[in-house]
Amino acid sequence: MSKSNYYDPADLRKFGNITNWSKELGEKFFEYYNKVFEEGALTAREKSLIALAVSHTEMCPYCIDAYTKDGLQRGITKEEMMEAVHVGAAIKSGATLVHGVQMMNKVNKLEM
Amino acid sequence: MQKEKKKKQQSLHKRKSDLSIAHKQLEKLSNGIFANGNLPTFQQKISETQQFPLRPNTLEILQINLGYMCNQVCAHCHVDAGPDRKEIMTRETMEQCLEVIRSTSAHTLDLTGGAPEMNPNFRWFVEEASKAGVRDFIVRSNLTIIRANKKYYDLPEFFKKHNVHVISSMPHWTRGKTDRQRGTGVFDQSIKALQELNTIGYGIPDSNLRLDLVYNPSGAFLPGNQKEMEGDFKKALMEDFNIQFHQLFAITNLPISRFLDYLIASENYEDYMYQLVDAYNPAAVQNVMCRNTLSVSWDGYLYDCDFNQMLELKVASKVQHISEYNETILQDRNIIVSQHCYGCTAGAGSSCQGTVIGQ
Ligand code: SF4
Ligand code: SF4
Repeated sequence: MSKSNYYDPADLRKFGNITNWSKELGEKFFEYYNKVFEEGALTAREKSLIALAVSHTEMCPYCIDAYTKDGLQRGITKEEMMEAVHVGAAIKSGATLVHGVQMMNKVNKLEM
Repeated sequence: MQKEKKKKQQSLHKRKSDLSIAHKQLEKLSNGIFANGNLPTFQQKISETQQFPLRPNTLEILQINLGYMCNQVCAHCHVDAGPDRKEIMTRETMEQCLEVIRSTSAHTLDLTGGAPEMNPNFRWFVEEASKAGVRDFIVRSNLTIIRANKKYYDLPEFFKKHNVHVISSMPHWTRGKTDRQRGTGVFDQSIKALQELNTIGYGIPDSNLRLDLVYNPSGAFLPGNQKEMEGDFKKALMEDFNIQFHQLFAITNLPISRFLDYLIASENYEDYMYQLVDAYNPAAVQNVMCRNTLSVSWDGYLYDCDFNQMLELKVASKVQHISEYNETILQDRNIIVSQHCYGCTAGAGSSCQGTVIGQ
């Protein structure tokens, strides 16, 4: 049976399997990952919203699914989620646009 | 569209849906991913830790279902209750229940429905039952019933008079999420009812008039951490509506009845079962509510829990009806389990009193 898609939602459940071919590195990653999401100076709820925004800028369908569900489980509303996505989008477009300054510099330097 | 909306306002029973038949639900829960071995059955899973068969502990809670009639038709209702359901407990069965309440070792009495208040003998039953002196006398009120009709307006006072512990469902602190799960207008009416309960002393921190809320996720996902959710609910309800309550119980939706129907229709069924099995917590098995509870249906039959009642899985005992109640014989039984039991053992576990493992 060949797969017809690059992304299969069922693969998300197999994320833990990455430790199979490199146990030590995989485990170190998950240890770090889980630590990052613990309640700290930021609440777990705030971290979930940051993760959701970053999932979008990284355009990772697995992370989008995971953090949408995580948000719902925490009682985060869809309006809050969409605002977080806009924050990600604003940074992403800002980051694109701010490079326009480099372009302008270059033009100014090259043009007579 | 109109047809869809109408369908949503009816029970599966009224719609003559396949899933209104208990054995069709059980079939769904045993076939597919469980029959083909993709997921272990609940019996296989608990056998791994030598926890099969499940046996009852000391009986602590007697849960009595006064009928499936309800003024709401919530999308996730595991009772498949609604205004079109006519099954309610008769006075004769109530009398049999009262006899048991007077003699049982259980310290908690838990009245549920549908909307238990809609049973015409509800008040008489509460008065009689409260004389029996149970330690904790719970009524599961859906809140809106208090505002549904003039004849129910004095319910808060009535509850207070009999020192009833009120437990009410509240899916979210925002209108949108609440109304989507429980029907348009439910949020506003629930808020009013909570304010009325607060006014007479229910839910105030030091008051012994207990008011607890139940949170069920409004969709195909598991509940979050109960303590964190409680904090969020308390903060939001206080800031927005000046409402207080004691505890929040986070309950996992079990894949039966209307919630099962929703899971299948929205193509979430398999994913949800994977989620439940992935989150399976062997430590929760010891505290599932069937181990300290007996559930009585509107027609007086006995079940291990409310969910087994809806699946028509009567207790595996020679005593099966309240009229022949015998605690010693009843306690000597195996609890009947099926795949829906994964709902009680996911994460921190889930019972009518919320999570079963400290968080
Ligand atoms: S969930 Fe409760 S309030 Fe809603 S329909 Fe069922 S019994 Fe009625
Ligand atoms: S569904 Fe009922 S029988 Fe199954 S574990 Fe939960 S309480 Fe026990």
